[in-house]
Amino acid sequence: MAARATRVGLVALATVAVAATLPLWVSSYILGVLTLAYYFGVFAMSWDLLFGFAGEVNFGPTFLTGLGAYAAGMLNSFLNWPIVPCVIAGGVVALAGGVLLALPALKLHGPYFGLVTLNAVLLLQQLIVVFAGATGGEIGLTIPSVLSIDAGPNYEYALGFMAVSGALLYGLSRSPAGLILQASGQDSIEAAALGFNVTKHKLAAFCVSALFSGLAGAMLVFYLGTASVGSVVDIAVGVQVIIAAVLGGRRTILGAVIGAVFLLGAAEVLRPLGQLSTFVVSGIALLAILFFPNGLMGYALHGSER
Amino acid sequence: MQALQILVDGFAISALYALGAVGFTLIFGVSGVLNLSHGAIMVVAAMIAWYTAGSLHIGTYGGLVAGMAAGMITAFATYLLIVRPIQRSRAIAAEEKEIFVLTGTLLWGIMIQVLLAYAFTTNPISVRPLAPGVVNLVGVRTPVNEIVVAAVSWAVIGLLWLLVNRTRTGKALLAASINPRGLTLLGFELSRIYLLVWAIYGTLAGIAGVLLATFLGASSDNIGQLTASAFSIVVLGGLGSVSGSLIAAYVVGYLETMTAYLISPTIRSMPGLLLLVLVLYLRPQGLLGRR
Repeated sequence: MAARATRVGLVALATVAVAATLPLWVSSYILGVLTLAYYFGVFAMSWDLLFGFAGEVNFGPTFLTGLGAYAAGMLNSFLNWPIVPCVIAGGVVALAGGVLLALPALKLHGPYFGLVTLNAVLLLQQLIVVFAGATGGEIGLTIPSVLSIDAGPNYEYALGFMAVSGALLYGLSRSPAGLILQASGQDSIEAAALGFNVTKHKLAAFCVSALFSGLAGAMLVFYLGTASVGSVVDIAVGVQVIIAAVLGGRRTILGAVIGAVFLLGAAEVLRPLGQLSTFVVSGIALLAILFFPNGLMGYALHGSER
Repeated sequence: MQALQILVDGFAISALYALGAVGFTLIFGVSGVLNLSHGAIMVVAAMIAWYTAGSLHIGTYGGLVAGMAAGMITAFATYLLIVRPIQRSRAIAAEEKEIFVLTGTLLWGIMIQVLLAYAFTTNPISVRPLAPGVVNLVGVRTPVNEIVVAAVSWAVIGLLWLLVNRTRTGKALLAASINPRGLTLLGFELSRIYLLVWAIYGTLAGIAGVLLATFLGASSDNIGQLTASAFSIVVLGGLGSVSGSLIAAYVVGYLETMTAYLISPTIRSMPGLLLLVLVLYLRPQGLLGRR
């Protein structure tokens, strides 16, 4: 187990090192796609921590990313806060929203939990439209500051952010706390019988998931230069996050990034198909669920042990 | 005056919600599946009814039949292509099946949604009313169609009640929801019961979809909202409880109508969502749920 974790760590480190040199030899178009994919990767990793480990299906990952994105965007656009405090504030607001959602929601399980998180997204979406004066409504909020106007630095920021988040989330999932979390996700009664506080661990997982979702949402806003329902809140965005995590492999954390890169890459390749590209991507994800439920990374790690 | 308007309008909308939700709760009660492609099935039926009635000139009632058939076929496809393979998969641990069914049907719903948007655009369509004209009902000008929609919805729900409680097949359905293993021991083929219940479900969702299109219109953009509202109503009423779903449909229907008339139509669904969250916190099993 420890040997495998080291090996995974080394492979990941090497991959990040190679990825960091990409701006030297690929076009800015590809960099743009990867930048977006890395932010999605963080969304998907945060989601995986909750779904894969705590066993709770969160249909509203975009509630958390949306909170982070809009909080950061509004602070920047109305109070002219610089980018770094805005991103931190975005993470904190998402964390607060996550606690608000999690405290009562964790009394619920399975479909009930999913429904509450789904409703949270729908509510946030409507609130944004109702308070259009402050949020830009359906058109979106324009953000004055951007991380950088060049594709290269933007790409490096995204890669750095994704690598650090990935290391922290992966480390957490392999820590004793992560194992307890995994146990409570698979059999919460037995985990509780062994003396572990299941609710406390799930709440902690939710908080970590919310914090990283919020930070990533805030970073994404400063990359895109705009915060809109369509880019950070819409249920369709949340579904993409879920697809990325499931495709990459549940309970692997790092697989989520592979899933996100694959998903956004596929969407880009299939762009000539227009609307139908979503059809094909969802179809691929569905086939993956049916035939390779452990995802790309799960398959690579465990191979044929099924 | 406005109160009467709300009373009349809300009744028809709630009846439609009830019809949509009854199928959803039936499928959960009997086979334990929460089908997140529910809205997609409704809109498929609506679109087929609109297309056949308009372009193939078979009239609104012909369209209704075509829509029902389309709903049933889509429901069968959902069960045979998505739900059953997941339930039978050996690679998925038993305790994770529920989550996989949720995710799988969600993806399936999105595929249908994109396909509908591609074939028929996202512009809202509406099927011609089942009955034309306007009548004066307790001082409120009401389209006859609204009354017909409410009447048809209740008639279908009534038929379902008769089927479940008064026929041998219906009793087998009930038994399957209570003790599937016991039913198998009595020599019933469980897989055939599941096929039957999906057929009933598809027909109900189909009728609900077509009626919705005669009344409020339908668009592939509504699919998520329709699934969420059926899911909400069913959970509010208590998963698996048909009478709970009926009550919840009326609570949500009236709440939405009141919000639309008294505050603003743009936040129509918001109080319902808040109410649901509140109820789940205080009484997670819903109004009439069993746990």
